Amino acid sequence: MRNKIDTTAMTLTRRAFGAGLASGAGFLAFALPVRALTVDQARQLVDKLIADINATINSGKSEQAMFGDFEQIFVTYADVATIGRSALGPASKQASAGQMAAFTKAYQGYISRKYGRRFREFIGGKIEVTDARPYKSYYEVISTATLQGEAPFDLRWWVGDKSGRNLFFNIIIEGVNMLASERTEIGAILDKNGGDIDKLIAALNAT
Amino acid sequence: MTNFGSFIWRNGPKTPILAALVALGLQACAPAVPPQGIDDPFEKQNRATHALNLKLDTYIVRPLANKATRILPDPVVKGVSNFAGNLDLPGMVANDLLQAKVGAAAQNTLRFAVNSTIGIGGVFDPATKLGAAAKDTDFGETLSVWGVGEGAYVELPFYGPSTQRDAVGTVVDVIFDPTRLFIPKDKRWVTTAAQIAARIGDRGRYSETVDSILYGSADGYAQARLLYLENRRHNLGQTTAESEFEDPYAQ
Repeated sequence: MRNKIDTTAMTLTRRAFGAGLASGAGFLAFALPVRALTVDQARQLVDKLIADINATINSGKSEQAMFGDFEQIFVTYADVATIGRSALGPASKQASAGQMAAFTKAYQGYISRKYGRRFREFIGGKIEVTDARPYKSYYEVISTATLQGEAPFDLRWWVGDKSGRNLFFNIIIEGVNMLASERTEIGAILDKNGGDIDKLIAALNAT
Repeated sequence: MTNFGSFIWRNGPKTPILAALVALGLQACAPAVPPQGIDDPFEKQNRATHALNLKLDTYIVRPLANKATRILPDPVVKGVSNFAGNLDLPGMVANDLLQAKVGAAAQNTLRFAVNSTIGIGGVFDPATKLGAAAKDTDFGETLSVWGVGEGAYVELPFYGPSTQRDAVGTVVDVIFDPTRLFIPKDKRWVTTAAQIAARIGDRGRYSETVDSILYGSADGYAQARLLYLENRRHNLGQTTAESEFEDPYAQ
């Protein structure tokens, strides 16, 4: 009799324990969504990034010095390796590890110079974050750019932490998607070089 | 038969433009399915046109634009652009009304009234400072609102990137421009001249950006095509970024 009660109690306890564990995990899963990055953190990242851009824009430095600053900003806040792999497209699967390492290095310089030059258009202007929202498994931070003598335009930043750090991996300027534009461009350079990744790397380094 | 198709069917193609629209075989469906990807069956012809446009830019438009923006002070170039933009407003109001966008029609009307008077014939743009910025639209957008799909991508000679739908829209906007009602026949060349001058001025003002696309890209045609389609769809409220989201981390 006593034994039986004990067993029942134990069974109950074990079941309760199991249930508690499940609900605890459920609670944890609820309290800590799969993404560790939060919408506020994503927004803070872009706020910080934009503060850096605005500081450079209004620094009064020479254009050449600003290019250097913009390059530094790009490397600090963007997941350049992922943007590069996406730009290379299917060819990234055929490339050797050595080729990918060389490509990523070349691409980082190339894209920093290219977008550094484009940020130049922001000189004398201002960018402000207006909103941030979850977007797929990432976050979209929405900002408005007001440039001298131009109507304000929409600038969106896609932020994620899948690289291990909180970084942006895409910019959407008035609907124009950087990743898509980069894939078109890198694909075209690759085609021009007969699909040879080593020649592509050389071409990127030469820009 | 769908909205726009049946509209034409019932009323009959009254003008060559509507006939052309029907002949183009634009897919009419209400509401228009948000377009995705790139539909470019005329790529060979388009690339030939692009080569022509590029020559025109290299030898005429670009040198002229750079010279104009170098010689003329910024406010003058901006003034020409404002003047031409002001002449576009009556057409935009008409399109706003065709799209049943009363608020936009009111704003563009107010803008036209303010800039034509206080803005001295549209050379200055006090309306923007008063909170009535341009709400750009055109007949291509009207067609989109009516449910006409964008059709194939086309690059037009002298004009640049467009789609079948937007090309028809551009022709309609030029032919039925209500601004013509305000301007005596012998002064209409002024509008045309202003519009050409404004385009040259814009080419000069955005010289570096345009150069980077046309001359700095490995494939300027493909880059211009992508930028045009993405930006156009964005302006028409068809967010391609969402429908075409590709996860770069999922590769």
